[in-house]
Amino acid sequence: MISIKSINKSYGAVMALNNINIEVSKGEIFGLIGPDGAGKTTLIRILTTLLLPDTGSAQVMNKDVVNDFRALRREFGYMPGRFSLYEDLTVSENLELFASIFGTTIEENYYLIEDIYKQIEPFKDRRAGKLSGGMKQKLALSCAMIHKPEVIFLDEPTTGVDPVSRKEFWQMLKKLKGYGITIFVSTPYMDEASLCDRIALIQDGHIMSIDTPNKIVSQFDGKLYAIISDKKHGLLKDLREFPSARSVFLFGSHIHYTDKNEELRKAELTDYLKLRGHDKIEILEILPVIEDCFLALMGNLKDAAHV
Amino acid sequence: MKRFQAFVKKEFHHITRDWRTLIILIGMPIIQIMLFGFAITNEIKDAKIAILDHAQDEHSTVLINKILSTDYFQLEKYLADDSEIESIFKKGKVKEVIIFESGFGEKLEKEKKANMQIIADASDPNTATMLLNYTQAIIVNYQANINLSKKLPFSINIQSEMFYNNELKGVYLFVPGLIAIILMLVSAMMTSISITKEKELGTMEILLATPMKPVIIIVAKVVPYLMLSFINSVIILLLGYFVFGVPVHGSLVLLLLEMILFILTVLSLGIFISTATSSQQVALMASLMGLMLPTILLSGFLFPVENMPLPLQIISNIVPAKWFIIIIKGIMLKGVGLSVIWKETLILMGFMAFFILLSIKKFKPRLA
Repeated sequence: MISIKSINKSYGAVMALNNINIEVSKGEIFGLIGPDGAGKTTLIRILTTLLLPDTGSAQVMNKDVVNDFRALRREFGYMPGRFSLYEDLTVSENLELFASIFGTTIEENYYLIEDIYKQIEPFKDRRAGKLSGGMKQKLALSCAMIHKPEVIFLDEPTTGVDPVSRKEFWQMLKKLKGYGITIFVSTPYMDEASLCDRIALIQDGHIMSIDTPNKIVSQFDGKLYAIISDKKHGLLKDLREFPSARSVFLFGSHIHYTDKNEELRKAELTDYLKLRGHDKIEILEILPVIEDCFLALMGNLKDAAHV
Repeated sequence: MKRFQAFVKKEFHHITRDWRTLIILIGMPIIQIMLFGFAITNEIKDAKIAILDHAQDEHSTVLINKILSTDYFQLEKYLADDSEIESIFKKGKVKEVIIFESGFGEKLEKEKKANMQIIADASDPNTATMLLNYTQAIIVNYQANINLSKKLPFSINIQSEMFYNNELKGVYLFVPGLIAIILMLVSAMMTSISITKEKELGTMEILLATPMKPVIIIVAKVVPYLMLSFINSVIILLLGYFVFGVPVHGSLVLLLLEMILFILTVLSLGIFISTATSSQQVALMASLMGLMLPTILLSGFLFPVENMPLPLQIISNIVPAKWFIIIIKGIMLKGVGLSVIWKETLILMGFMAFFILLSIKKFKPRLA
């Protein structure tokens, strides 16, 4: 459905995308996961024919994004990162406008957007600019879906949206997948990775890993521990200074830790921490999540860059 | 076609829902023509003068009465001696002082020759010249009346008439110029801003990712502004005609067609500005500095092009408003037809074609 081959793109001296290769098959929810500035928006804009790659090529539904861009623009749905509908038009006026752009009507494809649009329909005479963040996203998705595209590109659709709306939004994507629609979605939220069929982890224009979320997690190297103590402050620094520490990252209220040795010598670490004034130390082995994998891969990338 | 209709509808919504801007757009021409018509005027009316009459005889008194009986002058004060002249000018109380020598009438009768002096405040040179001319005209007229009974050996009778604007009304000049400026403002500035607004808000990004052709997006944008500009110029014409009595001697149909031509020309200019800029701020500045100033200064609206230094005269040729003002003055005041203004009309068409081609060349179907 989507085929990206060795795409490079740079803005001046900054390499935004570095040799990107991705294949997405029909009916997949494919997540492009990475922090701000990783190159997600650039890649999506290339796929939506809005930007030209420097080198490499990409096809969406077997149409080239550079040469067949006019034909391709009839096919896909696109929801940009920023809310880009007309704030001075009402909800229904926006939807009607996009329906007529694609030469269709709201009624014709209503079944597709019904679940989404139903929720904002009570406000259909309200100006789009006066909607809440979550409702704006629903309207934008409705507008992107009104012409019944086989593939949609969503650039950070859940950024700036409350947790409840985020959850609802992903449920809607699942439903669209049920209609056989291919979904290419980018997000900076690592916890959304598990909601995708396959994901690509992207950092500084490099794809670090492409696989199903489970496989990526299972490929995590070594054992992962969660550590807490009564002295939250300073724990991060002290652990980083522990001689056999490999990686130490703050994860909310506790710290994720991996050791250079295959087995962590818990007693040794506990003594070390007590010596530094920590008490009530708890060290638990835990299962890694995507974010752990991302941080580990990011470390590898940096090491590789240093060599 | 349905797409086009939907887009025109959308543009009308944008304009009518931003009612503050709409009020300004409709109100501005009305306010401007009232200002130019009533307040800002270079006609002489009730200019304050002072008189120093050393003679105080029959002739001087009659002449003073003649001068003061016109609308042009109003007596501020009779002066008593020469020393007061400078101080009254310095205070800025009067624009002109008229002085009669002592024994003015007696000399006139006996020696057939008498002297009087007119001093004008030339810190405003145009007004000073006009005041002098008016005063002299009254004196010459008086002189002619005295000589009426006598037979002069030689005399040249001058009969002057001001064609196309009998009463030298400033508003005759301002109405054509104002139409040009308002159209420039509404058409060029508003279109360039409204197109760059879509770029800035990101709606252009989403439109580009649809099968919508850029030409249709832009033409749809132009339609409401074409109508708005046309309504504006009709308002100015009506106000000019009914409030200030500015006539339309030529063909009204031709006038309206030429106005539409000029609107299309500046709209294409506005589109060109929007393809070359990416933010509303830049588009606004470009329209104001790049279009408004040359239009006001170089179009012949305020200052005659013929009096400008040669380089500015050459530059004025690329100001579309200059050609439009020639056209509209020709039709309104002189009543000429297309046979006289075909050259200017062709030039405007050339401008329009040039900017449209340039815009099409510059418009990018992608973001960067």
